[in-house]
Amino acid sequence: MDKQLYLDLYYQMVLIRLVEEASAQLYQQGKIGGFLHLYIGQEAVSTGIISARQPKDRVITAYRDHGVAINVGIPAKLVLAELLGKATGVSKGKGGSMHLADVKRNFWGGHAIVGAHLPIAVGLALGDQYQGSDAVTICMFGDGATNIGFFHEALNLSKVWNLPVLWVCENNQYGMGTAVERASAVKEIRQKALGYNMPNSRVNGMDVLEVRQATLEVLDQIRAGGGPHLMEVVTYRYRGHSMGDPERYRQAEEVKRWQENDPIGIYRRHLETRSIATPEELDEVERRAEQEVTEAVRFAEESPEPPPEALFEDIYAE
Amino acid sequence: MPEITLIEAIRQAMDEELARDERVVIIGEDVGKRGGVFRATQGLYEKYGPQRVIDSPLAELSIVGVGIGAALYGMRPICEIQFADFIYPAFNQIVNEAAKMCYRSNGEWTVPMVIRAPYGGGIGGGLYHSQSVEAFFAHVPGLKVVIPSNPADAKGLLKSAVRDPNPVLFFEPKKGYRLIRGEVPEGDYTVPLGKAKISRQGADLTVVSYGMTHYYALKAAQVVAAEGIETEIIDLRTLLPFDKETLLQSVKKTGKVLIVHEDNLTGGYGAEIAAFLAEHAFTDLDAPIRRLAGPDVPAVPFSHPMQDWFMPNAEKIATAIRELAAF
Ligand SMILES: Cc1ncc(C[n+]2csc(CCOP(=O)(O)OP(=O)(O)O)c2C)c(N)n1
Ligand SMILES: [Mg+2]
Repeated sequence: MDKQLYLDLYYQMVLIRLVEEASAQLYQQGKIGGFLHLYIGQEAVSTGIISARQPKDRVITAYRDHGVAINVGIPAKLVLAELLGKATGVSKGKGGSMHLADVKRNFWGGHAIVGAHLPIAVGLALGDQYQGSDAVTICMFGDGATNIGFFHEALNLSKVWNLPVLWVCENNQYGMGTAVERASAVKEIRQKALGYNMPNSRVNGMDVLEVRQATLEVLDQIRAGGGPHLMEVVTYRYRGHSMGDPERYRQAEEVKRWQENDPIGIYRRHLETRSIATPEELDEVERRAEQEVTEAVRFAEESPEPPPEALFEDIYAE
Repeated sequence: MPEITLIEAIRQAMDEELARDERVVIIGEDVGKRGGVFRATQGLYEKYGPQRVIDSPLAELSIVGVGIGAALYGMRPICEIQFADFIYPAFNQIVNEAAKMCYRSNGEWTVPMVIRAPYGGGIGGGLYHSQSVEAFFAHVPGLKVVIPSNPADAKGLLKSAVRDPNPVLFFEPKKGYRLIRGEVPEGDYTVPLGKAKISRQGADLTVVSYGMTHYYALKAAQVVAAEGIETEIIDLRTLLPFDKETLLQSVKKTGKVLIVHEDNLTGGYGAEIAAFLAEHAFTDLDAPIRRLAGPDVPAVPFSHPMQDWFMPNAEKIATAIRELAAF
C-alpha cells in the first residue's frame, strides 16, 4: 500500500468524523430537521470496505449513510447541503440524511426501510451476472436488519443463484435500543450465513486496515465466481441511534470502553508507530479535513432551498 | 379535568387497559426498555414487566402475525408499528389474515387486536417517515380503521379498540403527539367506534376530516368565522366503518362539503366520502363536493419548504372554505 493511500484513508475517516460533528451541531441549532443518524465510531467500517472496491462495484446501504457517501467520493459540501435539505444537495434536498445517493459513483443509496434494500442488491447483482460483468454488489446493513424477512430471503436467493454480492453486516451491538442478544437468536451475525451454506467471516470494525484487507480478499473470491459472502464487521456507534436518543438502554461505561478503541485513534497510532506518517503529516491531514468541513458548512448554509415546482419533478421517468 | 397531550392520552389508555385486562399485551420494536420511539409506552415495561410489554426484533410482518395468533388464542394484543411507513411488510398479515379470519371461519375465529402506528408528515421525517396509509386499509372489509384528533377521543377510542372483537388499525397523527393538548374525562370511559363527532356547528358548509387535518380545520374555521363564514366541522374518528348518518344530516343542513386529508388525493380516503355523498345526498348539495388533500406525489420530501408545500394546513383549508362558501 503506498503512503498516499494510507493518508487518504486517514483523511476520509477524519472527514467523516468532522462532518458528523458538524451535522450534530447543525441539528442542535435547528438547521437540520427530522431524524439524523450519526456514523461516529463506525468510520473504519465504510472506509475500509469502500477503499477495497473497484469503481465498477456497486454499493448500497441503509440510512446511516453519511460515511459511505464520503467514502465513495461525494464532496462533504454536497452531503451537508442535503442534510440541510438544500437544492444543491446530492439528492436535491428531497431525500435528506437517510437518502443520499449518487449512481455516477456507483452508490445506490441510503435506504430508510430497514432491510428493504437487500433484495434490491440481489437484483443489481443479477444484472451483473447476466451481463457477464465481474463487478460485485456490496450491500451494507445493520445487525437489526438481519432479523427481518428481507434479509433471509435475499441471502438465500443470492446463494441459490450464486450471485456476486458481498453482504456486510455492521454489527454495532444495537438495533435502535435493542441489544443484539435481545433480538437475534445467534449472537454472532455471521452464523446466520450457515443456514444458507454461505461463506462468512467476522472482522474487527475498529481497525480500518483489517476491514480493508478482509474486504479485498473476499471481493477477489466473489469476483472469481465464488458466490455471495456474509461479512460481519464488529463495531460500535458512539452516539445515540439518532439525535435525541436518551440512550437508557446502555451504560455510560460501555460507551467509554469502546471509545478507548476509537478507530481513528487506533489508525493514527498505527501510522505513527510504524513510521508510515509523521505526527505533523497527520496533523496536516486533519487540518485539510477541517477546512473542507468549514467550507462545506458555509456552502450548505448559503445554498438555496429547492423551488416549489421540484415537488412535482421526477414522479415518472420520461 | 386535567389537560394532557395526545400521546399522554394514548399512553394512559394502554396503561389502564393493561391494568384492567390481563389478556392485554403490547408487542413492538423498542416498546419496552426504550419506551417506544415516541415514548408512547414509556414506563409500561417497568410497571407490567417484559411478559406484557414485549420488545420484538425488527420484524413487522411477525409483530402483526404473532399478534394475530395471540388474538386467535384469546389474548388482546396491541401491536405497535414504529411509523405507519413500516407497515407494508405486514400488509399480507393484515389484509389476508387478520381481516379475513372471522369471515372464513363463519365467525368462529376472531382477531381482537389493535395495530397502532403514528402517521403523517410535518416533522421533517422525509420520504419514509411521513406517510399516511389509511386509504389502503379503509378499503378492506373485516378491518376497522380509527384516527383520533384529540386526547379525549384518543383515549376513549383506543380503549374501545382494545375491547373490540375485531382487528383495529389505530393511526395516530404524530405531528400532534405533543402539540395537541386537551382535557380528558376522569376515570374509565370509552368512545364508540363508528361514530363521528361534530366538533363545531355551522350552517354554511361542512368540513369532513380526521386526525391532524381536523386539528387544522378547527383553526381554519375560527379564521373564517371572523369573516362571517360559519363552518360545521365533522371529525370522522372512525374511517371504517364510517358514520353515514352524521354526514348526511350535516350536508342536509349546509349543502356544501369540503373533505380534507393529508394523504394524497387520487384514490385517497376522501374519494369514498365524496362518492357516498354524491350518491346519497345529491339533492341536498348546493355545490360540487370539494377535496383538499396532499398532492399526488409519491412521498413527502425532506426539505422544509417542500414538506410545507405538501402539507395541508389551516391557511390552505381556510382558502378552500372561502372558495366553497362563495360558490
Ligand atoms: C421496516 C422498518 N422497521 C423499523 C424501522 C425503524 N428503525 C429504523 S433503524 C432501526 C434499527 C436498525 O438497527 P440496525 O439494523 O442494527 O442499524 P443501526 O441503526 O444500528 O445502524 C429501526 C427499528 C425502519 N426504518 N424500517
Ligand atoms: Mg445496529
